[in-house]
Amino acid sequence: MKSLIRIFAVMRKEFLQLSRDRLTFGMIVGIPLIQLLMFGYAINTDVRNLSAAYSDEADTHLSREFIAEISASQVINIRHRVSSAQELNQLLDNGTISIGIYIPDDFDRRVINRDRQAVQLLVDGTDPIILGVAQQLTSIPIAFDSQTSIRPDSNLIEVRNYYNPERRSAVNIVPGLVGVILTMTMVLFTAVAIVREKERGNMELLINTPVKTPELMLGKIFPYIFIGLIQLVIILSAGRILFSVPMRGSGLDVFATSLLFIATNLSLGLLISTISKTQFQAMQMAFFILLPSILLSGFMFPFDGMPVAAQYIAEVLPLTHFNRLIRGIVLRGADMMSMWDELVALAAFMFIALTLAIARFNKRLD
Amino acid sequence: MSDSEFAITSQGLTRRFGSLIAVNEVDLKIPRGQIYGFLGPNGSGKSTTIRMLCGLLTPSAGSAQVLGMDTRKESEKLKQLIGYMTQRFSLFEDMSVMENLRFISEIYAIDRKSRKTRVAELLEKFDLSSRIKQKAGTLSGGQKQRLALAAATLHKPKILFLDEPTSAVDPQNRRDFWETLFELAEQGTTILVSTHYMDEAARCHRLAILDQGVKVADGSPRELGNEIHSHVIEVSAEDPNLARAALVDEAKIISITQLGVRLRILIPKEFSGPVEIVSSRLGQANVDAEVEQVFPDLEDVFVAVTELRREAIAA
Ligand SMILES: Nc1ncnc2c1ncn2[C@@H]1O[C@H](COP(=O)(O)OP(=O)(O)OP(=O)(O)O)[C@@H](O)[C@H]1O
Ligand SMILES: [Mg+2]
Repeated sequence: MKSLIRIFAVMRKEFLQLSRDRLTFGMIVGIPLIQLLMFGYAINTDVRNLSAAYSDEADTHLSREFIAEISASQVINIRHRVSSAQELNQLLDNGTISIGIYIPDDFDRRVINRDRQAVQLLVDGTDPIILGVAQQLTSIPIAFDSQTSIRPDSNLIEVRNYYNPERRSAVNIVPGLVGVILTMTMVLFTAVAIVREKERGNMELLINTPVKTPELMLGKIFPYIFIGLIQLVIILSAGRILFSVPMRGSGLDVFATSLLFIATNLSLGLLISTISKTQFQAMQMAFFILLPSILLSGFMFPFDGMPVAAQYIAEVLPLTHFNRLIRGIVLRGADMMSMWDELVALAAFMFIALTLAIARFNKRLD
Repeated sequence: MSDSEFAITSQGLTRRFGSLIAVNEVDLKIPRGQIYGFLGPNGSGKSTTIRMLCGLLTPSAGSAQVLGMDTRKESEKLKQLIGYMTQRFSLFEDMSVMENLRFISEIYAIDRKSRKTRVAELLEKFDLSSRIKQKAGTLSGGQKQRLALAAATLHKPKILFLDEPTSAVDPQNRRDFWETLFELAEQGTTILVSTHYMDEAARCHRLAILDQGVKVADGSPRELGNEIHSHVIEVSAEDPNLARAALVDEAKIISITQLGVRLRILIPKEFSGPVEIVSSRLGQANVDAEVEQVFPDLEDVFVAVTELRREAIAA
């Protein structure tokens, strides 16, 4: 009971101070809008090793040769072989692969007759870079050795652009931006909110009161959860209005996933605040997390296209996991629970960061 | 046990910051219901000692008991029983007087019914009723100090720690402030107040003089005057500079302080006839002056103990 009174007291104080801090308040609304416009256009780059799977219903000499050829290009990395087009769709849906290769059982006949396309590339077209890669792959020649003097023919391979038939980059950028902006603001705001009190001398007053460390931390976190949700709504609705980004998944899934992600970032912010002595240090540390998050999380470049070392680093960034979740839900209409492992990863981050923050924050000045 | 008699005790309380010894083996016995002063110059360790007693800093050595509780182990339990007014204003400058007091009343989880009346009572008592909507950051020095004291006493602590509470306050406000302190002490609150003003120190029931982290003397102001190891000689001269020049070479004199046209001179008690020592020196230099022995005030005590210590260290 007393605990609740104290948590509410801290919460109300944070809200009061926030509402008086015009600049911060402006940033809460301004940052999402400005970034959304800034990142309206994507940056294209060369990629390699996109995850792929194939379904070879023909299973002939020629089809096997084709698969060998396409994987020799190193642009894609074939991870699975499945038995039907439907299974390819599933792998695309849950984000396991970026490209699916479908070879129908009359593959050989199609190649000889050249009347219909012989291969389909099923592509997660929400990412313009992946889409570009798929276009590139269509130039791989397919022919029997005996078929001489056939001009290079791209008609044989068809690209099926899933999820983003109009090939708009904003579609991919906007959900990714949700994560970037939440990382930026949530980590920074909490870290600074506590360090500022150290700098202004308020902390000496606070730690001399009976308020317990978890009470202080929770009271400080709650207002920012609220702010994070406001930002989420701003980005998704502005994305919808300005760039017609679809919302294919359930709103509840988006809400729940974002809530978990916000809490994770707030815990990280708290942890930073227990390490840094000045607001400047806190900001530096927040950027230390933010920069790799932007570059490595799959927000800017497709995850599969990155060097292995970078992929390992990316796995310890909460944003990487959140990006997979939010893109899956918003763009592919995936069920949150089909990516439960990503949820577990986020929850683990939060738990570790919060535990460390509470353990590190001691109610002493030394 | 004598525990009940003393609100605060400490044994060999020490705090180091790197190689600097900010507080050096301080022993304290502070009786209940008294106003106890810490007198010392800048950097003498007043704030550091108070922070250790509040449980905000961990001592490097030694220990302290506040209300019988160990400050290392039971600091959380103590928070409800002590009030602390920091040297630097530490309430929230972007919140109003009312919002600040309300926050404090909630953080101490004072029960709902008494919260409002207690805040109103304090606003009245500290003459802040007309300023409830004003942001704390825009208050004057004296108003800030009253607000800080109101916040520190809101939960009716048994012990009040005040770290240089009057540094930004005019003389009238300082008088009022001390009236309030005496009222609180009469109601049984033990008050520990640090200061570098002699007149404030003189108002305390007892005080300790700190110098470079060492407690160099303690007792009531009167006792300190009696126990001083020096004679105090006052010289009134038309030209105090001449008088000073005549006396400055005298080896027996440990310090000369000028107060307007008067000089206050300290001579260790081991020398007898201090008035004669001074008069003969002045006579040799043909300086016309009145010389008399006076009762030491706190400033003399302060100069005497710190000078003695410096000499002891130099020797
Ligand atoms: N956190 C700290 N880190 C390093 N040194 C410190 C720290 N806190 C205090 N000190 C040093 O300890 C010594 C005592 O400082 P303290 O603040 O206790 O003095 P004070 O008597 O309160 O002085 P003032 O009258 O100026 O407030 C000073 O030399 C100060 O520089
Ligand atoms: Mg101080």
